[in-house]
Amino acid sequence: MNGKTLVLGVIGSDVHAVGNKILEISLKEAGFNVVNLGVLVSQKEFVEAALETAADAVLVSSLYGHAEIDCRGLREAFIEAGIGDIRLYIGGYLVVGNQPWEETRAKFEALGFDRVYPPNTLPEEFIPQLKQDLGIEE
Amino acid sequence: MQLIILIDIGSTFTKVSAVDLETARFLGRFQAPTTPANVNEGLQVALTGLGDELAQAGATSGDIKRARKLACSSAAGGLQMVAIGLVTDLTAEAARQAALGAGARVLKTYAYELTDADRDEIAQLQPDIILLAGGTDGGNHTTIIHNAQVLATLDLNVPVVIAGNRSVAPEVAGYLKNSFNTYITANVMPEIGRLDVEPARQVIRQVFMDTIVQAKGLAKAEELIEGIFMPTPAAVLRAGTLLSKGAPGLAGWGDLLIVDVGGATTDVHSLGMGHPSRSGTVMRGLPEPFAKRTVEGDLGVRVSALPLVEAVGAEVIASHLGWDPEEVRGAAAKITANQDYLPQTSEDVEFDQALGYFAAKTAVGRHAGRLSEVYTPTGAVWIQEGKDLSQFRAVIATGGVFINSSAPAAMLEGAARDNSDPLALKPVDPVYYLDGDYLLAAAGLLAEDYGQAAFRLMEHSLKRVS
Ligand code: B12
Repeated sequence: MNGKTLVLGVIGSDVHAVGNKILEISLKEAGFNVVNLGVLVSQKEFVEAALETAADAVLVSSLYGHAEIDCRGLREAFIEAGIGDIRLYIGGYLVVGNQPWEETRAKFEALGFDRVYPPNTLPEEFIPQLKQDLGIEE
Repeated sequence: MQLIILIDIGSTFTKVSAVDLETARFLGRFQAPTTPANVNEGLQVALTGLGDELAQAGATSGDIKRARKLACSSAAGGLQMVAIGLVTDLTAEAARQAALGAGARVLKTYAYELTDADRDEIAQLQPDIILLAGGTDGGNHTTIIHNAQVLATLDLNVPVVIAGNRSVAPEVAGYLKNSFNTYITANVMPEIGRLDVEPARQVIRQVFMDTIVQAKGLAKAEELIEGIFMPTPAAVLRAGTLLSKGAPGLAGWGDLLIVDVGGATTDVHSLGMGHPSRSGTVMRGLPEPFAKRTVEGDLGVRVSALPLVEAVGAEVIASHLGWDPEEVRGAAAKITANQDYLPQTSEDVEFDQALGYFAAKTAVGRHAGRLSEVYTPTGAVWIQEGKDLSQFRAVIATGGVFINSSAPAAMLEGAARDNSDPLALKPVDPVYYLDGDYLLAAAGLLAEDYGQAAFRLMEHSLKRVS
């Protein structure tokens, strides 16, 4: 265990469960304490789980194309709950169709995410970044 | 014959029941007014009365004197608690569930950081026990520590049960130790999505037995009896658990519901997990404990008759009865105002029947989980919050309004699913039973040491009414 707690979940009315399970397994293997909220997770549930568990970061997944609507106000909800400086990550299929990636990333950074990942990002790509961001020594 | 006597020291009556452990049969009962100044007096009167009842069964007063005597109590306000947690829907709710399951009246539940005003309010509320939770294990610790520091300045001698983030439990106790007796137990919510309320319930019961009974002046009764072991609602929940799960060699009844309609409150106990019965349903919200108790302070058939009418709507009850809404309000006001009310006319009886029906209907409706539909791009998904009681078969009624009714099953119909609200997950096809001998609390007391006898006693005495 590396002592860091992550909250994961698939936001909104999204039921894509496979990636979420894979994330849970690979993050646990990497030594994180993982609180997996599963699919169909509301903003409120993300915030409350992060609060009770004193999470270090929240990893939001969205696959079904409605990420932008579902994530509006999420950062503000964390601020409201007194944990506004928590790290927020998002990945999956964030927008419908082939929109330029830089635009998509800018959009989600503006929504308050610290890092935004394109479709099919593999665990071995983002786990090292996550560890670096959270100050975990290899 | 092996006589055992089970006692319920209530706020108005002290009820004593005799059971033969060998046959697991109910022998008789007697009740006398509770005497708050010295509970022994009322208890003695009740025991003497029981002696006359049992003379026919061949028991002598010596037998009664020698018999083991176990008691539960809801006198002197019952067990009154304050529950404290972090997030309203998470650890604060888990703490509330733990307290309710221990048989407490939860005076108030606090979430997030306590303020000085909250502390002053707690001082006014004068709880018997404070349950302090907050944070999952290894999770948030700042709030529970803050709350312990605020509580440390509370000018009240009250035991504090600590059931929060275990990483800081000793530190939390440290802040409180100088002013309070503290008890550390397992976290009511060790991780998100998991409830662990039983250890806290056990500790609360122990504190009740060891200190609250003394503090309430009930310990005098212990000259005559072995002990007051639990608050009465905890005994009822215990009985329900036994009936549901069974005893060695005796198959349990499975998922069941107990509806206890009283004068001031209506309690509902569900025994069963209540997982979704419809496939593809997604569970949301706090997981539910197997043994769950809810208390509705605004639903009752005597002092709470008027609040019940307000909660349900005078118009609704009026159209059910074919009365005028003003008549409904008038009748309820009369009952609420008169402590010694007894139904006399046929209208009184009819009104009681309606009050019992709506108390059961509303209380079970609040206890039951709900379905809601979420629309996703591929169609609707069902979300369930709370327990699905639709497949619960046995619904057991206890309380005077049922026992005195000539049509208890009709009153109990309120507990079943009604088509006007199909998303409330109430029992679909229940079988109704009546606790006609007021034995549930007694069976719960008996369950501690005599599981099989307690189980058989309930099987003998619960009458099927549908
Ligand atoms: C299986 C599937 C389904 C199944 C899901 C079953 C289930 N319960 O899981 C069903 C049939 C139900 C389904 C439904 C829908 N689906 Co679908 N589905 C897929 C499919 C084929 C595979 C998804 C999958 O499991 N991938 C495997 C996992 C391992 O990958 P992953 O989820 O992407 O996750 C990995 C990474 O992205 C990353 N990751 C994910 N989240 C995060 C978060 C962070 C912070 C980080 C760092 C990394 C990260 O890590 C994961 C592990 O490596 C994809 C297409 C595809 N090939 O990806 C479409 C796809 C996702 N679906 C799509 C759509 C449109 C839908 C529907 C709206 C309608 C439809 N066409 O059927 C509905 C929506 C239902 C709903 N309410 O959610 C589109 C989304 C398009 C878009 N966003 O622009 C896709 C891309 C198909 C397509 N090309 O059109 N779907």
